[in-house]
Amino acid sequence: MNILVCVKRVPAPGARINVTDDGQAVDAAHLGFTTSPHEECALEEAVQITERDGGEVTVLTLGPVDAEEQLRYAASVGAHKIILVPTDGSAWDPQRTATALTKAISQAEDANGAPFELILFGNESADSGGFQVGVRVAHKLGRPIVNAIKGIDPGDGMVTARREVDGGFEVYNVATPAVLGVKEGLNLPRYPTMKGRLASKKAQLETTEVDAPAGGQAMVKLHRPTEQASTTEILGTDESAAVAIVDILEEIGVLS
Amino acid sequence: MTLLVVLEHDRGKWSEANDEAMTAARTLAADMNSTIHAALIGDGALDLSGQAGAAGADVVHVANHPMLTDFGPEAVGETVVQLIAAQSPTAVMAVGTSRGNEVLAQVAARMDLPFVANCMTVAPADGPWSMTRIQWGGSLLEDTTLDAGDGPRLLTYGHHAVAAEVAAAPGAGTVHDFAPVLDDSLAGTIVVDRDVQQAGVTLSTAPVVVSGGRGVGSAEGFAQLEELAELLGGRVGCSRAVTNLGWRNHADQVGQTGTRIAPEIYIATGISGAIQHWVGAMASKRILAINTDAEANMVVKADYAVIADLHKVVPAITAEIKRRQG
Repeated sequence: MNILVCVKRVPAPGARINVTDDGQAVDAAHLGFTTSPHEECALEEAVQITERDGGEVTVLTLGPVDAEEQLRYAASVGAHKIILVPTDGSAWDPQRTATALTKAISQAEDANGAPFELILFGNESADSGGFQVGVRVAHKLGRPIVNAIKGIDPGDGMVTARREVDGGFEVYNVATPAVLGVKEGLNLPRYPTMKGRLASKKAQLETTEVDAPAGGQAMVKLHRPTEQASTTEILGTDESAAVAIVDILEEIGVLS
Repeated sequence: MTLLVVLEHDRGKWSEANDEAMTAARTLAADMNSTIHAALIGDGALDLSGQAGAAGADVVHVANHPMLTDFGPEAVGETVVQLIAAQSPTAVMAVGTSRGNEVLAQVAARMDLPFVANCMTVAPADGPWSMTRIQWGGSLLEDTTLDAGDGPRLLTYGHHAVAAEVAAAPGAGTVHDFAPVLDDSLAGTIVVDRDVQQAGVTLSTAPVVVSGGRGVGSAEGFAQLEELAELLGGRVGCSRAVTNLGWRNHADQVGQTGTRIAPEIYIATGISGAIQHWVGAMASKRILAINTDAEANMVVKADYAVIADLHKVVPAITAEIKRRQG
């Protein structure tokens, strides 16, 4: 099965996210970058499927030229082909992103002479979280899509996909070629091996230049939410605090 | 003017997110000077029309079709598109649950219109609308504009962004039957089976969540948390570090990439409180942190904290509860 995984380069935040003075971006001066977590699992799943059943994994990202770092990482954990769709570095709105991605995917499929049997997106990106790019691309390609997938089992001409719902799963049988929006928890992504790291340096980076008109959503600025001035009441420094804790549990009515 | 609210249910079981949706809708409709139309789609929807009316819906569109018995994002999205064509609403909204965001994304894709997910506040206008929406799961906010041209404005409110309130006055709740025309090609993305793993209280509905982080030290270390959670009728959660270490199943993860919780009290033990965890826990009504590090982000942001070894404090809480319960 030939699988395409679309990933996004995002900052790797710790305990706090700061915004640049002009409010146009996350201040990444002191942050590293990573692949958005749902998509890391999408990539791992694709690699596991092709290791088991054969086929190739292609990883594509739309982003700044620095996103080559995330593509090289993908190659280090098993991606066979890597494609960069470079932007000017600004954050593209979801419609523009989806239209450009669809063009780039169609070009890759034309070059391959066949559609990808499965295209994986993250359910939403960790940063802008628009919850729509995968759905838009699937619709433009005329392929089915289901989101929130935490289990994939490829079959004959279809994939069985498990969607997480409260307290269990819903099961879908989706005919291929198909698109799935996946979530972290699908698997536990591997770390690159030394051999993988070395190979990733030699992986050939394809670049596809495409653009699309801006959509109807335009970011004005980013800002941090006003934090409620929180004061923490310290109940103790050893297990004797249990009495005060159970007093609180009683008071708020969670003790039956 | 009409505001169309897409409500959620599962075979006639009302979703708690609908209370948030209708609360947000009443405010937005007042700002727009519009009526509220609710959409209830699929088997069992008719039984819920009274509830939608009581929550302020003037009109309730009940859509039925053999393909709408179980959830299917494409079939439901297409139904909303056809309802929009019939009613020409000024705006269409839902709450940004997993389904809510997916259905609105389907509508947006099918109509090639912009869609703004997870709003906190929305300011309607004659031209483009302004809204503040959630980025990074809520640790950043984005002011944005939405220009849908002549089309309906499509948006969701962030789940837990609006506190549900009871309507001051009910709407007329007039029921309109709606029969969408759905192509067989949409059948490929409809639920074919359900795998219920956990009946009763779940992580997202539990009144008490007892979570552990890396500080728990091992998978076995969670036994103490399990015992306390069970005693309180709650559930055990964990941090992303814990699922990455393989100590707990991902279904137990509280966080941006796991489950968003909103319990009466969140007991976070051995959790440092990285952004990704915090945004999943911040809707909790109260937070108690138990940690040896007084400077940990979780401790600083908590309502209550105990600066001590969780493996001593957690069993002591369990013992104290048992003592009081005799």
